Amino acid sequence: MPVTDTTREADAFTVVAEFPAPVERVWELWADPRKLERWWGPPEYPATFVRHDFTVPGKSIYYMTSPEGEQTDYAAWGFIEIEAPTRLEVDNGFSDADGNPAGELGWNRFSVRIEPTGAGARMTVRAGFGSPEHLEQLLGLGMLEGFLAALTQTDAILAEGA
Amino acid sequence: MVGWGVMCNQMVANVDAGAEVEAEIGAEIDRIFHALADRTRRDIVRRVIEREQNVTDLAGRYAMSFAAVQKHVAVLERSGLVVKRRQGREQVVGPVVDTIGRVRRLLDEYETLWRGRIGRMDAILGEAEGAQTER
Repeated sequence: MPVTDTTREADAFTVVAEFPAPVERVWELWADPRKLERWWGPPEYPATFVRHDFTVPGKSIYYMTSPEGEQTDYAAWGFIEIEAPTRLEVDNGFSDADGNPAGELGWNRFSVRIEPTGAGARMTVRAGFGSPEHLEQLLGLGMLEGFLAALTQTDAILAEGA
Repeated sequence: MVGWGVMCNQMVANVDAGAEVEAEIGAEIDRIFHALADRTRRDIVRRVIEREQNVTDLAGRYAMSFAAVQKHVAVLERSGLVVKRRQGREQVVGPVVDTIGRVRRLLDEYETLWRGRIGRMDAILGEAEGAQTER
């Protein structure tokens, strides 16, 4: 695995990964919505970016699709800083269909840094969270929505083991 | 939230994480999966996570006896997903609040989530340049 380090702080999580690819190609994974869709959501809950205005100020709006084909709530990114191909600062959280914040929690900020190494590129993603609730939100944004639906599918398997 | 965390971990583990994540799941996941194999119990957990519920109100929501609902709550309680406490004459069911454990577990999940993402990024980068960029 390309992950070389993870750091947990009281209010942030940082992951560092090294890829045998140039900085520009790693940057494209964030900049190109069709590429972004292929890695942001897990295969079972693919993300669909309905908008990806990769500018400051700009917004991305996406939803995920459960294995049953149900769409999750919308979530959005607000771009705070974009400095291609090395720096990205994004606020993200649940949103309405237009990308305006929705729900009670504030948004979380994450930053991405991409730097060249001898063998390729090092990417550092640092995601801040203010509280356990924020962390839950981040997980929700990642994949927890639709999770109950997924569990329903496993009923038959579980029944065998019960 | 503990239960969700473990299950989520399990799910992610199946997708892309390695043995390390799976190893820490163990017996707990079996208990939790068993507890959540039932639709009513899943519904109870969902409600309780939203906010604490008193047992009488909870029982009123399902087409089954008070005793049956109590039994479901007991199974959830044994699995560590919910906790019951007395409030005056009422029994109130709430999520297990173990903030430290919860944050740790949430961070585990979050780490797993990012490891999955980075694994997928790596796979895309490994493709021949120019390939797969069209839908």
